[in-house]
Amino acid sequence: MSWLTQGDVPLEAYLVVSGILFLTGVVGVLVRRNALIIFMCIELMLNAANLAIVAFANKLHQTDGQVFVFFVMAVAAAEVGIGLALIVNVFRARQTVYVDEVNLLKG
Amino acid sequence: MTPVFFLLFALMAVVGATMVVLQRNPVVSALYLVLVFMSLGGFFVLLAAPFLAAVQVVVYAGAIMVLFLFVIMLLNLQKDVDDGLHHAARRLFGWLLGIVIAAQAALLLRAPWALGPRGKEPPELVHALGNTQVIGLRLFGDYLWPFEVTSLVLLVGVIGAVVLSLRRGAPAGIEDAP
Repeated sequence: MSWLTQGDVPLEAYLVVSGILFLTGVVGVLVRRNALIIFMCIELMLNAANLAIVAFANKLHQTDGQVFVFFVMAVAAAEVGIGLALIVNVFRARQTVYVDEVNLLKG
Repeated sequence: MTPVFFLLFALMAVVGATMVVLQRNPVVSALYLVLVFMSLGGFFVLLAAPFLAAVQVVVYAGAIMVLFLFVIMLLNLQKDVDDGLHHAARRLFGWLLGIVIAAQAALLLRAPWALGPRGKEPPELVHALGNTQVIGLRLFGDYLWPFEVTSLVLLVGVIGAVVLSLRRGAPAGIEDAP
């Protein structure tokens, strides 16, 4: 833990934070029933991946990683638009956003 | 100073993420998610990616979270209610699987690994050239084709959202008339 005083945060520290964020997202998707929260947890996982990519890009002295993260953000924005429209549609049809109450193929 | 800020942002991110999962009220979850996004913006600054930090705050904490809050408001959601054993079993399964994945990640990090060869763009050089400028040149140079495909993805997203939010059966344009 000498980096706490030396001033240069190692790659592993970022990877651990990224891993914790990703894990929290996974657990959230599995544990929660509210489709909106599940969606937020997916965003959490995307962000964890972004953090790992930027950390690697920084330590490997490349900017490719930053460009990738830019693309991931664009895709995430499109995904949020469509996903929320889907959730609103499900709510219109079933009056609920709890995923275990939406269990009919042809509701 | 960097480790201090790193620890601060790490604490913000981890606490925020945990609260997103644990909070019963979706609005509170969304606000904690904003905290996570802000701390990620901070990480990007520490990692010498100020352009991404700005985009993170503007796109994620700004646009995406506002969209989330709008939908929560539109759906008039109540607090999550527990529904007994079925829910408890699912929750147990979720946490168990989380522990398994955590163990796998720990094993992965413990295995010997090393970084590959360094690239030609150390952070100091990128900083001297201007981070945004370098990324812009990459976007319109090596990554021109993916960049154009991204615009197509966004177009599909726009069309998809419009199609999905039209009411079925009614002709376009008059479906929301009172």
